[in-house]
Amino acid sequence: MITFILTLVFGLIWVVVTGSATGHNLLFGLALATLALWVVRREMNAHGYWPRVGKFISLVVLFFRELAMSAWKVAVLVTRRRMDLKPGIFAFPLTVDRDFEITLLANLITLTPGTLSVDVSEDRKTLFVHAIDCSDIEGAKRDIAEGFERKIMEAFR
Amino acid sequence: MIELLVSIVTACLILAGAGFALVAAIGLNRFPEVFTRMHAASKAGTVGSGLLLLAVGLHAGDLSTFARAIAGFLFFVLTAPVSAHLLAMAAYKVGYRLGDDSICDEMKRYKSGIQSSLRQK
Amino acid sequence: MTAAAFILGLATWLGFVILGLAFLLTIWRVIQGPTLADRVVALDMLTGIVIGFIALIAIRTGFNLYIDIAISLGLVGFLATVAFARFILSRGSVPRSAEGGVAETAESQAATSGKKKQAPARKAAATGKVGAGKAATGKGRK
Repeated sequence: MITFILTLVFGLIWVVVTGSATGHNLLFGLALATLALWVVRREMNAHGYWPRVGKFISLVVLFFRELAMSAWKVAVLVTRRRMDLKPGIFAFPLTVDRDFEITLLANLITLTPGTLSVDVSEDRKTLFVHAIDCSDIEGAKRDIAEGFERKIMEAFR
Repeated sequence: MIELLVSIVTACLILAGAGFALVAAIGLNRFPEVFTRMHAASKAGTVGSGLLLLAVGLHAGDLSTFARAIAGFLFFVLTAPVSAHLLAMAAYKVGYRLGDDSICDEMKRYKSGIQSSLRQK
Repeated sequence: MTAAAFILGLATWLGFVILGLAFLLTIWRVIQGPTLADRVVALDMLTGIVIGFIALIAIRTGFNLYIDIAISLGLVGFLATVAFARFILSRGSVPRSAEGGVAETAESQAATSGKKKQAPARKAAATGKVGAGKAATGKGRK
């Protein structure tokens, strides 16, 4: 059932993106959607799919809010007369351990206000984060752990 | 009336996007060293070009164009952190260090391991 | 109708001016930037500004095909930045001697000086480029 609805939605998206709402194009979009869903069929039939969609959407909303805030913060920092920067790199202990989740977390951290992920240690347990304002390392670590990392765990576990 | 509203919103998006791009460029010149410059380029720059793309989508008033503009915006937002992260990693591994006003560098103790792995290549 | 067109025209004109200013500032960083990484960051930023220009031209002319051009330019810019990052990595470590007191192990000092013997010309060129910025940054460290 879910697969059917998703096929329909994907087909409609195809029609919107290609910009021609003819019957043939819709059929082609449906065929493509079926093919795409067939490719990811193993990941699809996990339990509790729909609750996770809600969590995922909340993650996306958080992402865009943080992006707007970080751009604003950089703007304020740049236009201030006298910059008092306290940059530095701190090590963030990772709780997530899958490659995909680490990648997502690193990308989200890069777009949060004042932080930029630099590297992951070899054993995938530590993420090195460059921060513009390094005066409160513990607070920054706590923010990441309780904000993004918890959301990622909720959305993908 | 609707047209006036759309054009006002589009104008606001254009000015905001261009302003963020300008702020990123100023930051690129004012920040002291390469890592802090990356902050300006990766955040404000991305938001700037993304807002301008959104303005095009809104201005066209056409669903397929709008969808493509959204797709482009998402694409920039998703690739910008990847390239910033890759650049920062490359710069750090090769030996660019933080500026002299940096107050902490917890990555340093891992440096000897990184250096030896670099030399093996 | 005319009011809408007037507002849009004014906004695109102002946007062109602001973006041009940003473009010049970024070019200044490309020319001046003391290290290669600075230049690469500025070039990445330049791609973003050019995408903004393309978007403004699309609004001005009403040609929506420009969006596709902007997207493909974004793709090319991303790939270029990735390639530049790989290049920075493969070029090897920056000269340490210019950095003075940055805590560095004895072996990597030896490795750098070994490289110095191999390619004195490249080393000299790199020091000239990197030296000014690095000397300033390195001095403050213990």
